[in-house]
Amino acid sequence: MSRPKQLFRNLNAKIASIPMILTAVVIFVGGTAWTVVHSFTNSRLLPRLNFIGLAQYERLWTTPRWLISIENLLIYGSLSLIFSLLVGFILAALLDQKIRFEDTFRTIFLYPFALSFVVTGLVWQWLLNPDFGVQSVVRSMGWESFTFNPLYDKDLVIYGILFAGLWQGTGLVMCLMLAGLRGIDEDVWKAARVDGIPMWKTYLFIVIPMMRPVFVTTLVIIASGVVRVYDLVVAQTSGGPALASEVPAKYVYDYMFAAQNLGQGFAASTMMLLTVAIIIVPWAYLEFGRRR
Amino acid sequence: MRYKILTAAFAAAVSSPFAAPASAADLEVAHWWTSGGEAAAVAELAKAFDATGNKWVDAAIAGAGNTARPIMVSRITGGDPMAAFQFNTGRQAEELIEAGLLRDLTDVATKENWAQVIRPASLLEGCTVDGKIYCVVVNIHSWQWLWLSNKAFADAGVPVPTNWDEFVAAAPALEAAGKIPLAIGGQPWQTTGAFNVLIPAIAGKDVFLKVYKDHDAEAAAGPEIAKVFKAADDARRMSAKSNVQDWNQATNLVITGQAGGQIMGDWAQGEFQVAGQVAGKDYTCLPGLGVNELISTGGDSFYFPKLDDPEKTAAQDVLASTMLSPTTQVAFNLKKGSVPVRGDVDLAAANDCMKKGLEILASGNIIPDTNQLNTEDTNNQLNDLFVEFFKTPTLTPEEAQKRFAAIIAAAD
Amino acid sequence: MSNPATIAITVAGTSAIADELSGPRGPKPRVAFSRRNIFIYGTLIFAAIYYLIPLYVMIVTSLKGMPEIRLGNIFSPPVEITFEPWVKAWATACTGLNCDGLSRGFWNSVRITIPSVVVSIAIASINGYALANWRFKGAEIFFTILIVGAFIPYQVMIYPIVIVLREMGLYGSLTGLVIVHSIFGMPILTLLFRNYFASLPEELFKAARVDGAGFWGIYFRIMLPMSLPIFVVAIILQVTGIWNDFLFGVVYTKPDTYPMTVQLNNIVNSVQGVKEYNVNMAATLITGLVPLVIYFVSGKLFVRGIAAGAVKG
Repeated sequence: MSRPKQLFRNLNAKIASIPMILTAVVIFVGGTAWTVVHSFTNSRLLPRLNFIGLAQYERLWTTPRWLISIENLLIYGSLSLIFSLLVGFILAALLDQKIRFEDTFRTIFLYPFALSFVVTGLVWQWLLNPDFGVQSVVRSMGWESFTFNPLYDKDLVIYGILFAGLWQGTGLVMCLMLAGLRGIDEDVWKAARVDGIPMWKTYLFIVIPMMRPVFVTTLVIIASGVVRVYDLVVAQTSGGPALASEVPAKYVYDYMFAAQNLGQGFAASTMMLLTVAIIIVPWAYLEFGRRR
Repeated sequence: MRYKILTAAFAAAVSSPFAAPASAADLEVAHWWTSGGEAAAVAELAKAFDATGNKWVDAAIAGAGNTARPIMVSRITGGDPMAAFQFNTGRQAEELIEAGLLRDLTDVATKENWAQVIRPASLLEGCTVDGKIYCVVVNIHSWQWLWLSNKAFADAGVPVPTNWDEFVAAAPALEAAGKIPLAIGGQPWQTTGAFNVLIPAIAGKDVFLKVYKDHDAEAAAGPEIAKVFKAADDARRMSAKSNVQDWNQATNLVITGQAGGQIMGDWAQGEFQVAGQVAGKDYTCLPGLGVNELISTGGDSFYFPKLDDPEKTAAQDVLASTMLSPTTQVAFNLKKGSVPVRGDVDLAAANDCMKKGLEILASGNIIPDTNQLNTEDTNNQLNDLFVEFFKTPTLTPEEAQKRFAAIIAAAD
Repeated sequence: MSNPATIAITVAGTSAIADELSGPRGPKPRVAFSRRNIFIYGTLIFAAIYYLIPLYVMIVTSLKGMPEIRLGNIFSPPVEITFEPWVKAWATACTGLNCDGLSRGFWNSVRITIPSVVVSIAIASINGYALANWRFKGAEIFFTILIVGAFIPYQVMIYPIVIVLREMGLYGSLTGLVIVHSIFGMPILTLLFRNYFASLPEELFKAARVDGAGFWGIYFRIMLPMSLPIFVVAIILQVTGIWNDFLFGVVYTKPDTYPMTVQLNNIVNSVQGVKEYNVNMAATLITGLVPLVIYFVSGKLFVRGIAAGAVKG
């Protein structure tokens, strides 16, 4: 095969991919390079090329708040992944049983996804508030010693945020799962029934493996949402009590914009991106590089 | 007094060559005043500006630092700036000035004699870089207020305190009556604010200036500040049960008598007013915590990016002069709940607490706002420290003071 | 869900489900209160209550006056129902000077959302299709970059994109904003479509190629009709994201084209001054209505999607 022919092979696909290639190269690679370069400067309100070496990184790793943020992200992230996948899949599987009012149920589960974080954060802040939320209601019903105060307890606050995060996000996971389930051929179910395989086994050993691509998509969507989680924390706890519910994205924005210290914010975002890249790149290569 | 305003306004109109512009222009003005009262205040500015034959194009974006600022900076660096924008009075815009992106207003300032009319003089100094004036200060907000619920103290059977020490002494009685002695919301800036109010009240004005103006790490580590941390430790104990986030939820605890008091800026008055409370009868305000009656002179300023269009540039001058005209100052500040920057206007409509503030201002017992002294970076580091201190009983005052001194040492 | 009891119930329900799955052939056993149904509906209703409680709080709060809210019982129904907060949120809440509430930005939001949703989904679905079915050398490198890009916090990219748009001369224009939405929607959507197309039976694609269909022919005649459920998910994602977007709309356009979320943010997010929780709730609910309608309407496509898939497959 001669060289020009190689170039023109899949020409339409290549032309169609130009927007993607431009985005990847100019925005994601270019923009990231720009922020990484500025993380070595003392840029404050405006981006400036006044290099100060690794000082921003040294400060970052000696800041208690950054370390707490990372720890919180790990807890919030892993629980969020597990529970959204679990709850989302179960809800989707239940909706897929040819039930009545599917549209209504689906819309109810998905509705939180459409609401602004600021107000959902506020509502959950109210619900979880010991003085006028769930705790006070249960107590007023006679259970005086009932204690449920996640948002003002440093050890529990991240779970309080998880409550609201799952409420907001599982609807979408359910939708993705439902789309995946709808892509499974009816014949698969029929065959499983003929073979007398119980339903839960069919799900576990046949349907879920067939839905692998959907699970991968969902995993990336949840994970990227987790890494960028910000508004919810601001609206619910402002990172408190103390610094107990701080997250990395909040550190990045607070230092970039509120503190007018772009260099520090960029250093933090570079660390975040580096971590993500170390995990994602090898995996993406294995996942997408081979097959077909 | 009324007559005085009118003559001043008249004088301003006559002396100002911009009052009847040859050409009118539309100016986009960006700010973060979006709550009901704030919006009404902005409307006064716009009305006054529109009356000059120009047009105010409003670009309001709520949420000061994290939200509005990147938008403003994007517009300016994107080469398509708005005609004017608001920042807090202080150091927030210093880099934009250094980068030569903002207009020098010295000509307007000299013509209209800002140096004479603006009080205190420190406000104008905040706008001055290398002898040139870059901003218009439109109001004064102060932080140094302790708001007390008369009902809470009546319920607890103790008299309403007249200063911080009495308040601390009354705390056990309040607690016994099932009240939260001191309400502090969970947002970090509220804890820093409370601490910064304690400094001049407990340690005095000079120590405050040494620490925040000169960034003297020794003073920050010294015995005077140690006393402040002791007081903050009291405040921490008194506020341990305030399970709220927003500052106005905390204010609401005071309004409803569930909490004894709150340390908050003068904007808290709006909440009392809306709830139909009367100063002196339902609530008590103690400037400087009743110990050292002083107020800080923070507030808001407008800056004017350089524009290519000469007509708009001329209109910027008109806007700058309009914002400071006596009539606009009175109308704007009454709605905003802040104090005018001109000493030559009458504020008969002010309520008791605001009048106390005006008296202190006139007496000159004032300090600059921390926004004027510290960079936002330093203020954020302080936020991180104080929110941790106030919500972590195990963090000792001594340890916190060490970290405080380190932040001050690194500040510029 | 590893509770053995629930599994037992599920297993017990299997025979019933199997009967239903056999489709329209034969009479259906109509047992309204079978254990399976109790389990399914019980779980769904329980979940629905969890999802609805915050909504209930928002609705009752939005119907109360401020004095009632200050009393502090968030669950109690309004003593005196008032629609004033809704009217205020929609028509009279002030954003600085302009006291016409959310109505001001509504059409701007529509004007921003429609082209952004269409363009971003079109680009991403074609990307996904090219990546799944027409792999070319190096494609996976760009794709990996996109996936890593999905994890970059948006705000970090604000300034670089300002520079890019400024250099392209698109800063401040609607076109610029559509491009920005397409860029930030691209990673997730491309992944979504690529993985969906990759899971479709390859024989279909091969057969079409044998019949002489080209890149676009296969996309429009085979892939598109077979992928309605995933398009629904994409629409849900994009409509929600773009309709609720505040930051890009305000950073990359000018005040006269600001979306409705600017007013929402201004109503909800004011730092100083009095906070009107009832108006906040009403404004949030009003803003959420548009995506909600889209969810409900587009939900029909979920069903059609399987029908189409079943016919072709």
